[in-house]
Amino acid sequence: MFDRLSDGFNNVFRKLSGQGSISEKNITDAMAEVRTALLEADVHYDVVKAFCDEVVADVLGREVTKSLKPGQEMIGIVHRRLVALLGGDPDADPQEALKTLGTDRGIMKVSPPPTVVMMCGLQGSGKTTTCGKLAAMLKKQGRKTMVCAADLQRPAAIEQLHTVVEHVNKQFTQGPTVLFHGEPDKAAEYGKAVNVAVKVCQRALDEARQQGVDVLILDTAGRLHVNDELMTELHLVNRAMMPHHIFLVVDAMTGQDAVNSAKAFHERLTVDGVILTKFDSDTRGGAALSVKQVTGAPIRYIGVGEKLDQIEPFHPERMAGRILGMGDVVSLVEKAQQEVSEEDAAKLSEKMARGEMTMDDFLSQLRTLRRMGSMKQLLGLLPGVGSMLKDADVDEGQLKRIEAMIQSMTAEERAHPKIIHAPRRRRIAEGSGSEQPAVGQLIKQFDAINKMAKSMAGAGGAGRIAAARQMASAGGMPGMGLPMMKTKGSTKQAKRGVKQRKKRKH
Amino acid sequence: MGLFKSVVSKLRKGLDRTRETFVAGLRSMLVGRKLDEALIEELESRLIQSDVGVRTTTALITQIRADYKSGQLARGEDVLEFLKAELKSRWPEADRTLHFADAGPTVILVTGVNGAGKTTSIAKLCSQLRNEGRTVLLGACDTFRAGAVRQLEIWAERLGVEVVKGQQGGDPAAVAFDACSAAVSRGVDVLILDTAGRLHTQDPLMRQLTKIRSVATKKIEGAPHETLLVLDATAGQNALRQAEEFGKAAGVTGIFLAKLDGTAKGGIVVAIREATNIPVKFIGVGETPDDIEPFDPERFVEAMFAE
Ligand SMILES: Nc1nc2c(ncn2[C@@H]2O[C@H](COP(=O)(O)OP(=O)(O)O)[C@@H](O)[C@H]2O)c(=O)[nH]1
Ligand SMILES: Nc1nc2c(ncn2[C@@H]2O[C@H](COP(=O)(O)OP(=O)(O)O)[C@@H](O)[C@H]2O)c(=O)[nH]1
Ligand SMILES: [Mg+2]
Ligand SMILES: [Mg+2]
Repeated sequence: MFDRLSDGFNNVFRKLSGQGSISEKNITDAMAEVRTALLEADVHYDVVKAFCDEVVADVLGREVTKSLKPGQEMIGIVHRRLVALLGGDPDADPQEALKTLGTDRGIMKVSPPPTVVMMCGLQGSGKTTTCGKLAAMLKKQGRKTMVCAADLQRPAAIEQLHTVVEHVNKQFTQGPTVLFHGEPDKAAEYGKAVNVAVKVCQRALDEARQQGVDVLILDTAGRLHVNDELMTELHLVNRAMMPHHIFLVVDAMTGQDAVNSAKAFHERLTVDGVILTKFDSDTRGGAALSVKQVTGAPIRYIGVGEKLDQIEPFHPERMAGRILGMGDVVSLVEKAQQEVSEEDAAKLSEKMARGEMTMDDFLSQLRTLRRMGSMKQLLGLLPGVGSMLKDADVDEGQLKRIEAMIQSMTAEERAHPKIIHAPRRRRIAEGSGSEQPAVGQLIKQFDAINKMAKSMAGAGGAGRIAAARQMASAGGMPGMGLPMMKTKGSTKQAKRGVKQRKKRKH
Repeated sequence: MGLFKSVVSKLRKGLDRTRETFVAGLRSMLVGRKLDEALIEELESRLIQSDVGVRTTTALITQIRADYKSGQLARGEDVLEFLKAELKSRWPEADRTLHFADAGPTVILVTGVNGAGKTTSIAKLCSQLRNEGRTVLLGACDTFRAGAVRQLEIWAERLGVEVVKGQQGGDPAAVAFDACSAAVSRGVDVLILDTAGRLHTQDPLMRQLTKIRSVATKKIEGAPHETLLVLDATAGQNALRQAEEFGKAAGVTGIFLAKLDGTAKGGIVVAIREATNIPVKFIGVGETPDDIEPFDPERFVEAMFAE
């Protein structure tokens, strides 16, 4: 059942929290799980190793073993270190972090203009799309921007960028029109247009100056870091243009190799910012940590979709949680805020913390969750429960069946599901047109979720505590109670409503 | 002309240093070393760094450690042979070849996440099939991404094949329909359908893929005869999710592992094979149509431990 990376960490969390004191051995064991979680999140092997060693040293140094709640303290240390490594301030108040959302230092201003921004990265990482996103962002800020097509290699790359710029101008009317510089006649087959890019960029700069452009963005061809010829070309563009910003564009789904390519680009160009794309996928995004470690450059933005406004400032807090599989709590809270009133949420989360959630609360959460859109996306963001359930699909029919069962309960039964014994189960099953085991299942899992919610609210490392605090005050935990999923050994229920992913071989 | 081309391309291949990994014999970190705990740990680190994943690595290492203790494995070479045999048994030859229709056009549907290398891999497949003497038609079902149709058209022009295309932003299933009709009426041997990149988490887009598939099935019996998932070799553990989800929505029959010409090893395909049984059929080792090779498990293992 626990077959995803975050779960190992959650396991440690559960094992350790509640224990009065732990030994050095416990710490090493726990770190083994942290290690697995990080590796499965695609953080590079060496980065993981160094990280774990440091955490162990830190934990032992602080005599966490003698602390009252060693597990929580330890998880706090892991989380804080991760936030710091990702360039964040681990001491920042999460409430403050929420407020500063959406602000960014942006693209520097220079005199005389233009500010030159160069994009680089592997093939297909998202450079061209990101050029469009940055241009759209700058346009909205009222800055006159030109985009230059310096990828002469990938077929139709110039045309692609041109279209992207047209889309930007059509979709975002506010601000000055984004200009495009492209020389389609210079495009050539692979390997035949090397070094032509430098000239194209220089002509773009001339034009930009004439037109009084404020920011010039250079979209370069994707290249492998081991391709000397193309890396040299990039170096030449760099020397000729002396860009003010060099952004390395990295696919967030990248694995261990992120370290190698980032290192090579950084050695050649001295990257000053990283943009991670395709974060709308369900990747844990450990590459973020690897790239940050190797370049030392801040992660500036993340791409969260193919559309031109789908770019966001990077948040170390969120990323640390995502990598550890603790759930991207901040995002969750934001989503939740749109759906649930603060008051209701606060009430509910208090109830949940006491383990007093009722079937009615549960049902209303289910409905909220349906409204909150893509279930899967959301489930992945949830700690604990999310990791248990995200591999399951809940369809409308499933929800209806659960609804029917809950509606067949008496008010008392809904408030105290514990009193539902066999005869009541039979009645509920008959009343809702379902089978008895299904009702039993519902009650059992409701109970499990309730217990878990309670233990989660009662426990927590720095990040977790912060998250819980934040949720209680800001958005509540509307997603915590989730519909009945198949657990091990409940095949019947699974066949009826829930499509469970094929079980992996081990 | 054909001969000249192949000589030139061989020469070029010889020059491309990254390609050597897959052509020449490799020096391996394992060769000439005695097997011991230290080497086993190094091995584990190498497997993880190849993106094989913790679970699959642990399983392999457990087995190696047991065989080491029982004396079956004593030298680095033994481990190399063990892993080669292991992977070879997981990828029998029959699993690695393309399926063709018994009669009428063979339809190959090509899918994958954004930027994985779908369109380029199609150019490579097209080139290879044409070299084998087959006629090929392309269907431009990526109606979404800017410049996508044009990109495929440019490849088609260079390779001398035709493309069936539709409206930018139009229904990709409609393009698939037209392409299938054209394939039948013109009697081509192979139709390759390019699709827009999509993330496996995007349900509506995954359903669209299912729809494209069923349009092909309706038009041509048994189609698509092959559904390839293009994976970026630099991808990490998320590729497993991709394989699972694309497998479900599109009935993937094989993997095209692109971008193996860098330093990435693409080890996740081992975990994918274990979890989903989907075989790797081809590897991509560059940006030109010649940069395609059949997947060879033994060389794949060698490359993993190459120095
Ligand atoms: N889902 C998603 N797709 C993206 C994102 N950024 C880029 N893409 C897609 O990734 C593919 C490659 O992008 P492109 O800009 O052409 O990459 P380049 O080769 O580096 O210039 C295209 O299909 C883009 O639409 C993102 O943040 N999310
Ligand atoms: N080095 C290298 N680049 C590749 C390979 N396959 C594709 N590419 C490049 O990856 C980028 C994206 O490829 P494309 O076919 O457009 O991907 P699609 O979005 O999946 O159709 C382009 O710049 C290609 O030239 C490969 O095997 N090796
Ligand atoms: Mg590009
Ligand atoms: Mg394409």
